[in-house]
Amino acid sequence: MSTEKKKKFLQGNEACIEGALYAGCRFYAGYPITPSTEVMELMALSLPKVGGKFIQMEDEIGSICAAIGGALAGEKAMTGTSGPGFSLKQEALGWACMTEVPLVIVNVMRSGPSTGYPTGPSQSDVMQTKWGSHGDKPTITLVPASVQELFYETIRAFNLSEKYRTPVIVLFDEVIGHMREAITIPEPGEVEVLERRKPTCPPEDYRPYAIQNGEVAPLAPFGEGYRFHVTGLYHAEDGFPTANQQYIHDTGMRLVNKVEHNQDDICENEELFLDDAEVVVFAYGVSSKSAKFAVKELRAGGVKAGLLRPKTIWPFPSNALDKVVAAGNVKKIIVPEMNLGQIYGEVQKVVAGRCEVQGIFRVDTEPIHPKQIMSAVLGHQVEPTVIPDEVLIERPMDG
Amino acid sequence: MTTQVTARTVPYKEKKPFDYSPFLRKGKLPHIWCAGCGHGIVLKSLLRAVDATGIAKDDLAMVSGIGCSSRTPGYVDFNTMHTLHGRATAFATGLKLAKPRLKVIVATGDGDAMAIGGNHFIHACRRNMDMLILVYNNYIYGMTSGQASPTTPEEKISTTSRYGSIEPAFDICELAKTAGATFVARGTAYHAQELEKTLYEGLMHRGTAVIDILDSCPTYYGRFNKYKNVAEMMDKIEKDGTVSVAQAAKLSPEKLEGKQLRGILHRSERLEYCDGYKNLVDRVTG
Repeated sequence: MSTEKKKKFLQGNEACIEGALYAGCRFYAGYPITPSTEVMELMALSLPKVGGKFIQMEDEIGSICAAIGGALAGEKAMTGTSGPGFSLKQEALGWACMTEVPLVIVNVMRSGPSTGYPTGPSQSDVMQTKWGSHGDKPTITLVPASVQELFYETIRAFNLSEKYRTPVIVLFDEVIGHMREAITIPEPGEVEVLERRKPTCPPEDYRPYAIQNGEVAPLAPFGEGYRFHVTGLYHAEDGFPTANQQYIHDTGMRLVNKVEHNQDDICENEELFLDDAEVVVFAYGVSSKSAKFAVKELRAGGVKAGLLRPKTIWPFPSNALDKVVAAGNVKKIIVPEMNLGQIYGEVQKVVAGRCEVQGIFRVDTEPIHPKQIMSAVLGHQVEPTVIPDEVLIERPMDG
Repeated sequence: MTTQVTARTVPYKEKKPFDYSPFLRKGKLPHIWCAGCGHGIVLKSLLRAVDATGIAKDDLAMVSGIGCSSRTPGYVDFNTMHTLHGRATAFATGLKLAKPRLKVIVATGDGDAMAIGGNHFIHACRRNMDMLILVYNNYIYGMTSGQASPTTPEEKISTTSRYGSIEPAFDICELAKTAGATFVARGTAYHAQELEKTLYEGLMHRGTAVIDILDSCPTYYGRFNKYKNVAEMMDKIEKDGTVSVAQAAKLSPEKLEGKQLRGILHRSERLEYCDGYKNLVDRVTG
């Protein structure tokens, strides 16, 4: 038996599926959309071979609903999409949050509102993952920044969705989705995979929303003797609708807090040169690639720059950011994003005036250039949406 | 066959008096439906039909959308899901594909299935996945207090067709048949025993079965359209407004004018989706 790990040269969308299959995903429902195309196509190719279920649904809404149906049957289920499709899935995403059904949703971000620029990247759905569905809801969103990390984070997405009984969004952009990198696929068992907890009580005692030690009961698969009810209405511990205001309040708080109160368990960050950093770049996803390059270049030139890169954007890693600001060295935090400041505002909330916060925003479908970040760190005036001339690239807009 | 549910093979036989309690979540009653609403009659017919099939409650799932009819799953002791407006068939599709041994019943209404859920409805029919779709058709949105639906007949009054509807109504059965459903039937709450037999046939069918169930909403449709009471409404719409397929064969075209057909209107055989999927897996892995 060879112990040599499997090396593959994959694009991000493909690595995402490798991660999903490694995590035990056996159900996928989807609808075609750019630039997440390969996610669904590869599932259509792979799932029948491993005895899994794949279905192309009639629309984006139907695909998330079918995935939830598969999850309630007991499968680890997934759906994938890009911006416009993610907008359409919002109501059902809220339903899965409310009914506490584990599910993984992949959103390969493309540029702009409406149809925008389908083949161009952006980071413009960050706020939509948190607030796109009506009502306050729990949100776990992972923002991997490389092909290898996308593989691991997809596994982590399934694990978190099982652990917290909630949908988890894997959010990346067209650059990460289509970029090719050499990655290592670990042997089975090498990376922890959480299986769905199942109830052990007799069916007559089963209450699908009972809380024990702050944790919601295991979710029984449909058709295995635990006949219960699932509804998007506020429901009591037995799963049936309730008009009890105390219960409505408690459920509303619990749903959000099961994520917010477990930030230290859910959030993972990469830190670089933070010990003595005077200027910190807070960057995630594709923008963090430029940020890391810029910070390393600046350090080589003796500038005290550092990087805080969240791999989890929701719950917002406020504890990690607060620790950096509270240390007292930091004079400025720079937030580069391929949107008009969605996370910049969150950073400002945590910083609360303790240091300067500067955004670098870019929505022309071109990734933020390291030079833009370096200019900002060095204190040159960088107008948020104006790109230095030397990095402007002319290209036809025919997509 | 892995997708076969356990069912009695004996011919259907009516059973009375009937004990509904093993099928109901009695602690969740009384139901929310108004006095005079036909949904309770439909539910009773359904439970008698379910009993006749012998399918175990653990093997039954009921999935609904949003609306008055979509509250049905809360009262039945099966595996039940009350989902989103219009999306019941999409949720049911995922559930059934993931666990083909379940017998899946979709409880939906004319607004839920024909308007907001129209796309999911036609594609469910096209796929021929084994599920029974019950459309409780009362020609109006009851839950939101009486707006016009895609089955509100022309000239009829609702809160959004105050001067009479100018839109033609959908014929649910024609739509289902054209979209590919392999069992299409119509019943009414008035003909409760006949409905029970139709429901039984629908449950025993293997593939997508659609039953259009003419039903009454006295609170809104009846009141707006000047029916004196529920009985008159059921008489005019469900009794006088329909003829059975057998009766229709004997009637002249003039006598059939304006009447809807009752009974099994279409039945055909086509590969069921989950069987097709299993064949595909066998081919790929074999």
